[in-house]
Amino acid sequence: MTESLDPRIQRAHIEGAPASAGLEPNEHWETFAIFHQDKRGAAHEFVGIVHAPDPELALVFAKEQFGRRKKTVNIWAVRSTDIFTFQHEDEDMFSTVPDKNYREASGYPVRKRINKYLFDTKEEQKEMERMDAEAKA
Amino acid sequence: MNDAIKDLLYRMADDELIIGHRNSEWTGLGPILEEDIAFSSIAQDQIGHALAIYTLLQQHFEAGTPDAIAFGRDEKDFHSSHFVELPIGDYAFSLMRHFLFDHAESLRYEMLTQSSFAPLAALAKKIKGELKYHVLHADLWVTKLGKGTEESHARMQTALNEAFPYALGMFEPSKFEDELQTNNIFEGEAALQAKWLDAIAPIIDKAGLVLPDVAPSSIIFGGRNGYHSVYLQPMVEEMSEVYRLDPAATW
Repeated sequence: MTESLDPRIQRAHIEGAPASAGLEPNEHWETFAIFHQDKRGAAHEFVGIVHAPDPELALVFAKEQFGRRKKTVNIWAVRSTDIFTFQHEDEDMFSTVPDKNYREASGYPVRKRINKYLFDTKEEQKEMERMDAEAKA
Repeated sequence: MNDAIKDLLYRMADDELIIGHRNSEWTGLGPILEEDIAFSSIAQDQIGHALAIYTLLQQHFEAGTPDAIAFGRDEKDFHSSHFVELPIGDYAFSLMRHFLFDHAESLRYEMLTQSSFAPLAALAKKIKGELKYHVLHADLWVTKLGKGTEESHARMQTALNEAFPYALGMFEPSKFEDELQTNNIFEGEAALQAKWLDAIAPIIDKAGLVLPDVAPSSIIFGGRNGYHSVYLQPMVEEMSEVYRLDPAATW
């Protein structure tokens, strides 16, 4: 008996989960994670998975499943087994982040200074234009 | 010249409607979910192309509404080829028919982007992307199964042997060939068939399959002139059953 060929099942590490029902390799297609891009330059976003025998057909299937109902310019298909992940039980590694607000850009009161800079530059520009006009006259 | 254009439009649209309907018979029964969705979507595209052409017939040639054309005609008034009328068979046959049909369709529309009948040229340009996808889907499956296992190879070769004499029937010349060519509306069925053979041969070869020899007398013609296979009549009845209950009903 082989273990499940679905990497999502493997990753779940379910205690006492029954080994899958005697699957032979190639009997079960691989899963591919699908990433959708809605305009050039935008990030590809994970939208779901397809089962397919190879990357070419994964793209062909993904086109219909994820590219049909919204604007799409490109799709990535990535073998699920090629995605590396933390375990959910290690979530505590991330838990102190909300306390460290000094790491957030919002911790720095710079908006006023930016506005002042923009205002000053505009005034300076006006002054230059005024002097230009005077010189011409 | 109007009769020539109308004949061309009817043969194209009827082929699209009939194969679209046939391929949609797989919906819910496809080999796996992903493929079911892809194949159903392709079938829907084909019915969409039929609708677009029936709309051209309505707008430019005083035909009835697209619904009336699709569901109101008798079997003998269809211009479809026997090839698209055949039952779906097994999945190997349906895939092979999809491969042979969509290559022909894609090349036909590519030629029509140059047509002097501007509305048809515009439609041909509009659906180019859809056809590119259909051909990609077909090519991948045919090469994959052709080179797959002994069984998949044998099934694909059998499907090709059965489909090929019918597929050649798609290019049944019409009595308007000269008129269409002289007026730069369409280069003609013979030119299309030659391009089609050039396009499919390398893929058939890559799939490890062999194009069967078909004697000219074995090519299945007739559909373009209203002489259909036995499979069309029951299909037309089923397809138009609801429409005929009350043709004037609005939905």
